[in-house]
Order: sequence, then structure tokens, then C-alpha cells
Amino acid sequence: MIPAKFDYVRPSTVDEAVAALVAAGEDAKVLGGGQSLMPVLRLRMGEPSVVVDTTRIDEMKGITDAGDAIVIGAGTTHDAVTKSDLVRQHAALLAAATDTVADRQIRHRGTVGGAMAHADPAGDQPPVALAMGASFTIAGPSGRRTVPASEFFVDYFTTAVGPDEVLVSVSVPKHTGWGAHYEKFNRTAQAWAIVGVAATVRMDGGSIAEAEVGLTNMGPGPVKATAVEQALVGASTMAAITAAASHAAEGTSPNSDIHAESDYREHLARVLTARAVAKAAGIS
Amino acid sequence: MTDTLDTSSVIGRPLRRKEDAKLLHGRTNWTDNIQLPGTLHMAIVRSPMAHAKVTKVDVSEALKQPNVVAAYNAAELGDLNSVVPCVWPVTDDTVMPPFPALTGDKVRHVGDCVAVVLATDAASAEDALAYVDVEYEPLPAVVNMIDAISPGSELVHGDATNNTCYVYDLGGGYEDELAKHSDVVRVKRRFVNQRLIPAFMEPRAVVAAPMGMSDEITVWTSTQIPHVLRVLLQLVTGIPEQNLRIIAPDVGGGFGGKLQCYREEILVTQLARKLGRPVKWNETRSEDMVATHHGRDQIQDIELAATKDGKFIGLKVDLLANMGGYLQIITPGIPLLGMFMYPAIYKMDAYQFQCTGVFTNSTPTDAYRGAGRPEATFAIERIVDEMAAELGMEPMELRTKNWIEHHEFPFTTVAGLTYDTGNYEAATAKAMDMFGYHELRAEQKARRESGDPVQLGIGISTFTEMCGLAPSRTLGALKYAAGGWEHCTIRLLPSGKVELVTGTSPHGQGHETAWSQIASEILGIPVDDIDVIHSDTGRSPYGMDTYGSRSLAVGGQAIKKAADRVIENARPIAAHQLECSANDLEFANGAFSVKGDPEKTVTLGALAWAAFAAHNLPDGVEPMISGEATVDPEDFSYPHGTHLAAMEVDTETGKVKLRKYVCVDDVGNQVNPMIVEGQVHGGLAQGIGQALYEGAEYDSDGNLLTASLADYLIPSAADLPSFETGSTVTPSTTHSLGTKGVGEAGAIASTPAIINGIVDALRPMGVTDVLMPASPQNVWRAIQAAKGASA
Ligand SMILES: Cc1cc2nc3c(=O)[nH]c(=O)nc-3n(C[C@H](O)[C@H](O)[C@H](O)COP(=O)(O)OP(=O)(O)OC[C@H]3O[C@@H](n4cnc5c(N)ncnc54)[C@H](O)[C@@H]3O)c2cc1C
Repeated sequence: MIPAKFDYVRPSTVDEAVAALVAAGEDAKVLGGGQSLMPVLRLRMGEPSVVVDTTRIDEMKGITDAGDAIVIGAGTTHDAVTKSDLVRQHAALLAAATDTVADRQIRHRGTVGGAMAHADPAGDQPPVALAMGASFTIAGPSGRRTVPASEFFVDYFTTAVGPDEVLVSVSVPKHTGWGAHYEKFNRTAQAWAIVGVAATVRMDGGSIAEAEVGLTNMGPGPVKATAVEQALVGASTMAAITAAASHAAEGTSPNSDIHAESDYREHLARVLTARAVAKAAGIS
Repeated sequence: MTDTLDTSSVIGRPLRRKEDAKLLHGRTNWTDNIQLPGTLHMAIVRSPMAHAKVTKVDVSEALKQPNVVAAYNAAELGDLNSVVPCVWPVTDDTVMPPFPALTGDKVRHVGDCVAVVLATDAASAEDALAYVDVEYEPLPAVVNMIDAISPGSELVHGDATNNTCYVYDLGGGYEDELAKHSDVVRVKRRFVNQRLIPAFMEPRAVVAAPMGMSDEITVWTSTQIPHVLRVLLQLVTGIPEQNLRIIAPDVGGGFGGKLQCYREEILVTQLARKLGRPVKWNETRSEDMVATHHGRDQIQDIELAATKDGKFIGLKVDLLANMGGYLQIITPGIPLLGMFMYPAIYKMDAYQFQCTGVFTNSTPTDAYRGAGRPEATFAIERIVDEMAAELGMEPMELRTKNWIEHHEFPFTTVAGLTYDTGNYEAATAKAMDMFGYHELRAEQKARRESGDPVQLGIGISTFTEMCGLAPSRTLGALKYAAGGWEHCTIRLLPSGKVELVTGTSPHGQGHETAWSQIASEILGIPVDDIDVIHSDTGRSPYGMDTYGSRSLAVGGQAIKKAADRVIENARPIAAHQLECSANDLEFANGAFSVKGDPEKTVTLGALAWAAFAAHNLPDGVEPMISGEATVDPEDFSYPHGTHLAAMEVDTETGKVKLRKYVCVDDVGNQVNPMIVEGQVHGGLAQGIGQALYEGAEYDSDGNLLTASLADYLIPSAADLPSFETGSTVTPSTTHSLGTKGVGEAGAIASTPAIINGIVDALRPMGVTDVLMPASPQNVWRAIQAAKGASA
């Protein structure tokens, strides 16, 4: 209920935020929507000396059209993402996955940047970013750098964002006209995913021309189901999709916990991948 | 002339609850809202280990922390380290290990209390916990009941010879009865009735304060049992009973979890006494998960025997019941509240029961909504379905063949209870009709034939239960220390308004409304003119509180009797005023009138003033009008009902969907049908929660894996369908209002309906049981195991 004592700063620019992090040293924490950080603090699982609140940094909010990509400020709330026409039109998969995050209240507070930086293996958005080839802009003491999703997610709750860095924005390549579906498998309506499958496909005629598939909670971080993606090319029937989906667990290393053991997660990945792709492709 | 209200039907109206406006507007008085000047906040050092010797507890550094006023370990608390009471040793040789509020020698579950810190604010107390230096010498944890009773097991209580708390053997002669038959079909199963966490909305909180210059110590606590707690606290603390006042302010749910005398309540009271200042403690949800008692946790071996044509012969039950690390208020007795219920609504000739209570390194168990009866109902309703499958009979038909028919009441069951009334046929017929039973069976058949990956199952539970705890003599015979009566005082105020003092202690059940309805019906005084006083031993000195669906079943009878007495006490004054004989008066709609001369009338309100002024009372009649009654119930109350669940099972993933839930409950006369429905809804959510979502799990070191509400899943409205509830009314004949208890019915009935539905869906695949909670993984594993077995 009660966190340990910490200092609190609320910068209004990214540079100020970075400066505050540098000044605080190793155990500072960035605060986004607080939906993951606050529980950590109040359970005293983390005891940072300084909390750097980024919610008043204008640059980190909002969604913009950058030509062949859309750029989402790290501080943009889940709710804003689900309601954004840009996102729905060009990154329908992200809208679909974000819509399943927690509940309405949490979606109004929690941010896309927070979710990505938190990198919970059960988080619904990281596999979307990975599957769709998003890239991440990170600001630090030596300036800004851009990191592809394939390098951003490092391990359990670990990303490329260093302790003195701030995630500024996420850039998602446009997937205009692609079909999309996020198949989330959980036990109660507002629970985290036991397994989730994010699938987006470009159709050509009645068959799949290109497919991108990401898996939630099938390893320490999001997983891109490359074998499935390749096998899906040309698929036009449910049987072909199911055959492709049988590769879904390849290269994954899912955890065992109280909700599911790893063999069951592997089974789910196969079943749910077929369902997600079928829905994204409109094939049944 | 005052208008008299037509009160002919106040009972039975679905009146909105009087108490809700206050709750909805936030004008609430939770224990944590109580802020007394000079309060010290208590925080507790809890064991992170399930089983360990405690070799050192040094609070000296904690004492140096800012705003810390005091800190104690068990030894330093000395005489004030009272024991937590257990009032139900079920056998003469029940092992009752010492259970001091702070443990000194070793810790016996994660969350066990080793030290306390008190500071002038809650945050400082919490901060200082880290400075209490505790050294633990880990011991192997005893987690699993079967291991615990195996020879050579590590001992939870070192001075005992094994981990058995008791063995209760009812006997029963099951085999002797079976030997009389030549065509016996036996079905035997082991069911695991998993551990549950009450998870009420408002975590526990306690404030205790010495009241100025008087000797009184007032304790505000989020409890279901202020009255019982007062008796227990005086017993264990030695504070004279007359000096203890217990108040349960607004209480946000209990479900049995606040039917307790907790160590925190003892500590706060003793420390307030020692330090001469108010002391407060408010638990976090994390503490609640490990420190509030848990429920259920039984391994049930059950065997049902029937003739080949489906007549039940006998039932044999052998339980292992997990006590946890210590015995709380009625820990050993919970399985015995179920003992009588295994034969349920069925006729048979033999019943054998045995229960072994087992200590383990886990949070103590105790009452949780239904307490013993859900376990029994689950096992019998499951095994009846298994018997139906074994015999190749339709499960409802098998029930029909064996249940007590409505014309056979009162009926004494093989377990020795006499059910006063019931009509299983009527409730079942209505439920099947509402459910569309035959249409769903047809759909099930079609899905089976087409090999649909989503299979449909129909789950049945035709339950009854015993509630309305309880006839005091029966409790005595079961070695329970207290009685089961209930008290009511009704006072007419000079203005004609009413104070109704009840010994029941609501925490969400709507007593203020329902009790007003009963009194209004009898006295003819409007519901809004009746104030219900409860949950404060200073204002309501006698009572046995709220649990076991007893408040209406027992407390309601006290209200009726007290109200009747008010009328009788007012009668001589009315006769005096109307100048007639008391026998010539009739009372209706709040007024006395002279028989045959309805113009001559006087209202109860007018009499209240007359009795207050006392200017012109008949000789020998004392001023003021009131009525008091203390009622010991004649018998338990036996509600029943038929619950039906349509379960869709995704055979590819194991995920189940509750598509439709219909129940028809017979709770006798209903004082307020809306409250009845609300109780049923809440009970269903909890019973379905047990079937599908909830389950406290420990790892092999005794760590609670489901220690937060992210891992211990409780269903929300989004997870449940709109329940279709109905009722039949077969009034109780042993309760003066014809009512029966309803508080636990939904929780008791629904769990087996859900699991029976899942098994019914999967039976063609060879599935005969599914572990609870029936998580997707558990269902999927059951399917895989059946496939493996048939391959
Ligand atoms: C009850 C509950 C249920 C939930 N269910 C789901 C679910 O089903 N699916 C799901 O995906 N998520 C779920 N979440 C998590 C939710 O999506 C969070 O909003 C998200 O994980 C974190 O976003 P935030 O903005 O709140 O981050 P915060 O809590 O503020 O921060 C999270 C972490 O990210 C860091 N961080 C935040 N912003 C930045 C930044 N700009 N740069 C660098 N580091 C940063 C913080 O330091 C911290 O370590 C749930 C949360 C709760 C409380």
C-alpha cells in the first residue's frame, strides 16, 4: 500500500528528463502512466530514489503521420491509440491488440511507451511491434538513437532503453489495407494473456500474399513466428492456414506458471495462430 | 386521525434497500475511516517462510526509526501476547496447539506474525518493518496433506507426534448394508475441493481505543461477529467483558472471512490497552491474501452404491481436511458442518463418514461461504452424475428416482437430520422449463453427432443445505462452545417511531431494510420510521451475529416475537384508553380497535406517546412500550433448489464458456425478493468462481503462488452471463415466518452444476472428472488424459 520514500521530478522536455535521470544515477525510474510502475512501488518490489514523471512532456504525446510510417509518442495512452484513425487505418493490428489491454480505466492511464519499456512477456503490444517491424526512438545523454524492434526487446522486463534513457516514440510502418486480428487467450475478461497471437496479413485475390505474426507470452519477450509467416504465403484455405500454424511453437521458450505449463502454451500457440490468421485473412 | 398504512403486504415487497443511498453517496464509515487523535499505527513483520525456526527477532533498530513509538517481539509482548481462540474441538482428543498472536518459536505459514511496530503514521510503521532483524532457520515445509499424514513427515507442531489434528469417525455400517444386496453398483471418486481465499472487497481493519477516563476499551473492527468477538476477546485478553465495546462499522463483505477472532484484533486491543492510546491496523491486499483465513481445501474420497436399476443403497465419505498451520475460531468444525449434508436430498439406507483434520504449513482455513456444505454438495452432486453415467441413466432421472418426494416431508435423512419441508419436483420442473432442458439436450446431441469442436454440456445440481445456525442444543452436542440463538428488542419511541435492535450484524445483506419490513408488517408502522440498530455491543448488547445464513432464519424469528410482544404490551394501555376489555381489541394496520366498533380505535403511535407521558396508564402497567425476544431455533433451515448450467467447452483449447445459468431456489417465504435475488446472484458468482477461476496454490516450499488478485482470479460481471433466477415457495414449518436461509445457497449449489456441465460435455471423449478450478489447462489436460487412456 505504501511505497518506500522517493524524490519526484516532473520535467517538461525530453532533455530535462534525461538530465534528471543522469543526475539521479542508476536507481531512477521513469514514470509513464504508472499502471505497472505504481504496483511495483507499492509492493516495494522496487525502491527507486527518484521518479521522473514524463506525463507533462508534450513531445511524447500524440500520433502523427510520417509518410510510410505512423509515429506514436511514448506517452500516448492506450485509449488514444485505440481511438486513433491513423492507427486503425495503417496499423489495425496495434489497435486490435491495444483494445484487449486490461480494462478501460487502465487504458486511459497506461501508455504505449510504458508498455513497451516495461516489456512484460505477457504484454499485448510488444509482439505487435515486433511482428510489424516497428522501431523505437530513445533519448539519452549522448543524443537520440533509433532501435529496431528486433533489438529493442532484450529479455524478461528488459529492453534496449538504458537507465539514463527515455523512450520517446514508437514508429510503426504503415500496413494500409492489411487484415488484422489479435487473438488473446486469458481466463477472466481483464486478465493478462496466457498466450496471445497477433496476426496481420496482406491479401492478394483470395490468398495470403504476406503475413506477419507475433506471439505473446511464448518466451522471455515477444516472439516473431517467422516459420509460420513463411508457410502462410499463398495460403487460401483453412487447411493451409492450420498447416502453417503448426509451426507456431517453433523456436519459442514459453514459461510454466500457475495458469499454464509450457507444453500447453505451445499447443495454444498453434491453435490460436490458426484462428488469428484465419480471422485476419477472412478465411474460415 | 392519522392515516393508517395498508401493511398487508410489506413482507414480500422488493423494496429498494434503505442502506444503499448512504453507501452509494460515500457517506460510509469503514473502519479505516476512523481517525482518532493520537492514534498509533501498527504494522506487522510477517514471515516470508512457510516453516522455519525463529532464532532472533531484534526490534531495536526499528525503534530508532522516525516516528516509531514502540515495537515488540513475542517475548517482549509477554502476558499481552494472548492466544488466538479455537472454540470447536470436534473430538475429545482434538489437538489444539498453542496459537499466540505473535509467534516466538517458529513460523508455520507464510504471513505468520513475528513482530509489530507502532508509529505515529502508517507509512513510518511500514518503513520501520525493514529494520526489524529476524533470523530464520528454514525447515522443510509441509504443504501437501497426503505427505503430511505419511509417517516420517516433518511436523508442523514440534511437540506433536504427527500432523493429525483429529480423526472424526461417525461410523455408519456402509458395507453391512451393501451386503444385503446382490446387485450392487459402486462408483468411487476422489474429488479435490480446492483452497479458496474469501477476497472480500474491504480488507480487514481494526481500531482500538481506551475511552478517556472510563475503563472502557472500544474496538472498531471489520467483522461479522462483534458479539461473539466480545466474548472471545475478554476470554483471551482478560479485559473484563463489561469494559469491552465492539463496533462493526460499515463492513465491506465477509463471506466467513470476517467470522473470526484474528490475531491482529487481539494485538491492536492489547497494545491500545498497554500504550493507553488508540491503535489502528489496516491490512494491505497482499497481507489479506496470506493472513485472512482461507476456505475449503479438502480431499474427498466418496463412494456411492446403488442397485442396478438405480436405487441408492448407501454412501461412504472419507475426508482429509486441511487445517493450515493453526486452528482459528472454528477451523476443525467446518468439515462437520458438511457431514450431515452428503446424503443431501436422497433416500438411502446407509451412510458412513470419516474426516481427518491435517496440519500443514499454510494459512489456517475456516469458514468460507457455505462452510462445509458446498464441499458436501459438490461431492454428492458430482458422484450422482457419475453414477448416472455408470448406470447409463439420464442424470436428472436418477435424481428423480432417489430424491425425497414432496409428500414424504418431514423426512429424516440417513444422516439424522429432519427436513421440515421441500418440493424438489416443483423446483426442478420450473427450472427445466426456464432452461429449455430438452432443447438443449437436443442441441447437445447434434453437436456430438457433427463432431463440433465446441461441445455442449448440461450441468445439474439439485441441492439442499442446512443453515440458519443453529439450535443451541445441537451445537452443544457437536462440542461447539457457544449457542445459536438470536435476540431482538423493539422499542417504541415517544414519537411513534421505532428502534429495532438486532443481534445480527449485516455486512452487505440488507438487514436494515428487511428487518424493517418484518417489523412494519407486524406493527403497521412505515418502514422508514423504523431504525435498525446493530453491530455495536454498546447499543445492541445481545446477539450471535451473521453467518451460516442465520440472520433471517433465526434473527427474523426474534423480530417477529419481539414485535408480537410490543403489541401485547401495548394492548392493556389501548384497552384502558378505549374503555374496553383487552380481549375485545383487535390489532391491524398499526392500530387497536374494538371488535364490532371499528370507530373506536387508537394507533400504536398514540399509545407510544401515552406510555411515555405515563399520565394515565392502567394500574400495574409500566411506562414505555417495548418488546424483547431471544429465540433459539427449533431446527436448522433447509432451503433447496435446482440449478442448471449450459456449458460450452472448446475442446481444442479447453476453454469453457458458461452460456446459460438457470436456478430455481426455494427459500420459503421471501421478505424482500430483490434481496433474495441479490444474495443468489452473489452466491452464484462465488460458486462459479470456485468451479472455474479461483484456487489458492502453494509451491513446494509453501509460498502462496496466488498471492495477488492478478493471480488469484475472481470473476467479474464481464465473465458471467445474466443469471436467470426463479423461485418456488414452500414455507418452512419450523420457523415462525416460514422463511429459510438464502445467504449461501447460490455458492453451495452452483459449483457442482458447472463441473457436471463440463464433464457432461466431455463424457463421450472419455472424461470423467475435471480438476477445479476448471481452467482451460485443467480441462485440456483432462481431455488429453482421456484420449491417452483410450488410445
Ligand atoms: C490490473 C492491470 C491489468 C493489466 N493488464 C494488461 C494486459 O492485459 N495487457 C497488457 O499488455 N498490459 C496490461 N497491463 C499493463 C498496462 O498496459 C500498463 O499500462 C503498461 O504495462 C505500462 O504502461 P504505463 O504507461 O502505465 O507505464 P508505467 O507503469 O509508468 O511504467 C512501466 C515501466 O516502463 C518504464 N517507462 C515508462 N515510460 C517510459 C519511457 N517513456 N521511457 C523509458 N521507460 C519508461 C517505467 O520506468 C517502468 O519501468 C495491466 C496493468 C494493470 C494494472
